[in-house]
Amino acid sequence: MSLDKATVARIAHLARIRVPEPDQEALVGELNGLLGWVEQLGEVDTKGVQPMASVVGAVLPLRADAVTDGARAEAVLANGPETMAGFFVVPKVVE
Amino acid sequence: MSAAGLIGLTLAEARDGLAKGDFTAVELTDAYIAATERARVLNCYITETPDRARDMAKASDARAAGERRPLEGIPLGIKDLFCTKDVLTTAASHILDGFKPPYESTVTSNLWRDGAVMLGKLNLDEFAMGSANITSYYGNVVNPWSPGEPGKWTRTLVPGGSSGGSASAVAFGAALGATGTDTGGSIRQPASFTGVAGIKPTYGRCSRFGIVAFASSLDQAGPMARTVKDCAILLRSMAGHDPKDSTSVDVPVPDYEAALAGSVKGLRVGIPREYRVDGMPAEIDAIWERGKAWLRDAGATVVDVSLPHTKYALPAYYIVAPAEASSNLARYDGVRFGLRVDPGGSLIDMYEATRGEGFGREVRRRILIGTYVLSAGYYDAYYLQAQKVRTRIAQDFTAAFEACDVLLTPTAPSAAFGIGEKMDDPIAMYLNDVFTVPANLAGLPGLSVPAGLDEGGLPLGLQIVGRPFDEETVLRAGAVIEAAAGRFRPAFFGLG
Amino acid sequence: MAYVIEGRTGAWELVIGLEVHAQVISNAKLFSGAATDFGSAPNSQVSFVDAAFPGMLPVINRFCVEQAVRTGLGLKAEINLTSVFDRKNYFYADLPAGYQISQYQQPIVGKGVLDLDMPDGTVRTVGITRLHLEQDAGKSVHDQHPAKTFVDLNRSGVALMEIVSEPDLRSPEEAGAYLRKLRSILRYLGTCDGNMEEGSMRCDVNVSVRRSGEPYGTRCEIKNVNSVRFVMQAIEFEARRQIEVVEDGGKIVQETRLWDTTKFVTRSMRSKEEAHDYRYFPDPDLLPLVLEPAWVEGIKATLPELPDEKKKRFIDVYGLSPYDAGVLVADQERAAFYETVAKGRDPKIAANWVTGDLFGALNRSGKDIAESPISADALGGLIDLMADDTISGRIAKDVFAEMFETGKPAAAIVEEKGLRQVTDTGAIDGAIAAVLAANADKVAEFRSGKDKLFGFFVGQVMKQTQGKANPALVNDLLSKKLKE
Repeated sequence: MSLDKATVARIAHLARIRVPEPDQEALVGELNGLLGWVEQLGEVDTKGVQPMASVVGAVLPLRADAVTDGARAEAVLANGPETMAGFFVVPKVVE
Repeated sequence: MSAAGLIGLTLAEARDGLAKGDFTAVELTDAYIAATERARVLNCYITETPDRARDMAKASDARAAGERRPLEGIPLGIKDLFCTKDVLTTAASHILDGFKPPYESTVTSNLWRDGAVMLGKLNLDEFAMGSANITSYYGNVVNPWSPGEPGKWTRTLVPGGSSGGSASAVAFGAALGATGTDTGGSIRQPASFTGVAGIKPTYGRCSRFGIVAFASSLDQAGPMARTVKDCAILLRSMAGHDPKDSTSVDVPVPDYEAALAGSVKGLRVGIPREYRVDGMPAEIDAIWERGKAWLRDAGATVVDVSLPHTKYALPAYYIVAPAEASSNLARYDGVRFGLRVDPGGSLIDMYEATRGEGFGREVRRRILIGTYVLSAGYYDAYYLQAQKVRTRIAQDFTAAFEACDVLLTPTAPSAAFGIGEKMDDPIAMYLNDVFTVPANLAGLPGLSVPAGLDEGGLPLGLQIVGRPFDEETVLRAGAVIEAAAGRFRPAFFGLG
Repeated sequence: MAYVIEGRTGAWELVIGLEVHAQVISNAKLFSGAATDFGSAPNSQVSFVDAAFPGMLPVINRFCVEQAVRTGLGLKAEINLTSVFDRKNYFYADLPAGYQISQYQQPIVGKGVLDLDMPDGTVRTVGITRLHLEQDAGKSVHDQHPAKTFVDLNRSGVALMEIVSEPDLRSPEEAGAYLRKLRSILRYLGTCDGNMEEGSMRCDVNVSVRRSGEPYGTRCEIKNVNSVRFVMQAIEFEARRQIEVVEDGGKIVQETRLWDTTKFVTRSMRSKEEAHDYRYFPDPDLLPLVLEPAWVEGIKATLPELPDEKKKRFIDVYGLSPYDAGVLVADQERAAFYETVAKGRDPKIAANWVTGDLFGALNRSGKDIAESPISADALGGLIDLMADDTISGRIAKDVFAEMFETGKPAAAIVEEKGLRQVTDTGAIDGAIAAVLAANADKVAEFRSGKDKLFGFFVGQVMKQTQGKANPALVNDLLSKKLKE
């Protein structure tokens, strides 16, 4: 499998990362190099092998349904680049 | 004791000296604050916190003899991937500009609970993605083993990565110990490059709560220090079950320091034949041979074992880790913390500008790869196959541990290299982790211990890998190598 | 006769599937310890986990898992003892982590069924495809500022059950019946309050049209429709829109649409225009969720009697019509109210009073059964007064109205107003004698064969006794007198 510049642009948009035009060209080469290299995984016979779900081999711990957190809007908002009236503020979203 | 003398002590020695009242925590901390200033040329700290360090040291000195805690007054550096309450936490990324967490990571909380003193936040590869500490937004970290005069090195060496600041600070004497994190070798490889000890414990041993995530199924915190014993002391404080991390395992934390007193008589040391790679320097092979001999001399048995899927570990890692990272790093979007770049358009424009400028080149590359391998039509071929290969790799280890108790391998395929080398080819850079990545994929504990110097006078480490949650045996075997190899210190050390 | 829409070119059948997002009733959120209350100050119920701060990790709430299992059992569905949480990756202002923790390939609940009681008395069985647990997103507020969107994360991380139906529904009415039935079951189970206006139950509607017997057409998804009525209207509109497009020679584009609650149309959602690629993968911060069979059995043992079983019992035990039984069991409190009224009384009379007079009065005054001014025992008391002939059925209607107004018990009203039924034959005879005497002409007419006048005499006697005379006695005595 090999990617072209359009695919790089599509992935970059999916990842919401602006990649300037000239950098896209370089990325095509780098990403193709990497993908070519990882292709060797196809050699491994994985028939009947379960994908790794957890190296720990444990099951999910469950917590009690108790309110132990929240009620600290100030701390939640303190690092916000833009806040107003207790809200985070972002450029207008049109639905 | 002189300040230079204080810097020369190991963590265990400093702890014992403090307990005996030979010196105070403030004296020790002041010596280290002076050392961090002298170490600035190495760029190992992103943020120094001398005031906090002195306050913590004073508090330690004020404690009654009967109330002494395990790490009372011990000055440590913290990799800047651990969130520290109200102290700038950057992950060495532009995108976390100005971020002061309103919470503390569990691992650092445990250290402060046990009396340790925080010197500051240590440099690293951006989001822990790198093997040379050259991807930090805050600049490269220099390996104190670089030849020549400080600041006028004849060859500027990398400290390894991603815990390069931690390794460099410990090797130089700008911290008595440090926290690191290890996703594919980020504790062990820099430990090897700088002549210090470092252990990545079993996945689940240390809580990941409050550590900026890179690849959640691989990330694990661990200590870096000058000796195996120092690592054992730090690990006991750092480790432990945490209900705030669903992958943290509820098993008792043993007294690792006490475990070092045991013997390796009868221990079966496995040598995986697949770790003999083409083009590996003869010196590394020689040190590996020496390691076997030391363990044999101490009463261990050396056996050949096979880990047949070893060659697939690195490519599997470079699918799994970027895939998880692409998702873990989605939260850096300029909305709730850190950098926002707003070109004045839509929300999407804001996201793209913020993330485009906020992430460095390597991070961008990995997010894109990770996004691609998870995208529609490619998931099965890449991500799912990599996770199946991962199962195979874990099965290899399980089988090998039928025939042996620990594995002995080199930590890295080379000694520290110069800044600027291996930069053009990402795969050549990724090969640094060829010996360390398998333990992450299988979640196993791995220790790097300094084992000697190469012809150029640069340190080389050996790696001990053990069974899940058997850090005690790993540390014990490492201590045997350390005792035989001796300890190593760069010419440019401490307060001169 | 199946529901169809007649287009210009013939009849079209509708194919409808519903995805319901039901907010789980719990104290704390699915993966954090923040509260779930509705309507608090912005960002006041947000933990650092909900706001996706660096290094924050999810830990699952056991009760939310229990609620999902309980709901699955209520839908007679398979419970998957091992399920997996995945990340659904996309960027949106109110999705702080850039991914939603959801369940994709291995949901906690598999196939189930829901029976719809149609107005014609038939039962339609609709397949449930699956139920999975996931996190809710925060809320974006778009109308506070001309150039900005405000984000409140209070709802971020609240547990949702996504309940997906098979495309088994064929008309707006069936879709409405499905939603009402599902809501009723969720409320019985106590797993979701079903309040669509407050958004604790939301519905995405998939609609397509086809000629009868043909394969499914291309579907459109209408997002976040927030009432049963709107769902039905949106389906109707959307189906007609699609028919028009196809009949005009166009093609339906698979897309996400929005129901405009002011113009009553669906329109394409601009923000969802982009092709989605959610890049699902198992959340590495969470391990597989494994349930103990005994734990599931324990939940099963505590399930309440659900609407279908209750309806069957009401029909079998109380002899109610399927319609009355259906009306009564739709709501657990109403059903309980009825059972209290019916206890030791004629169940059909009780049903008539509850479904007729009481529900009617409650409807007119906009009250809920819980706010009823007449308690179940009080209504029972009224029925008892009729049963022992203390009052007549007609007087009972007046007493009921008075009870509803004042909240007083029936007996007190009867005493106070002297409404006790007159059963003293002497008193009734007296009244009859007076009426006959005053209407000698009519008596003569009656006796000469004008039978219809009997009703007139009854009315006059009742009037004479202020309606309190026992009507049966009046009939009896009056006919005797007239035949004399």
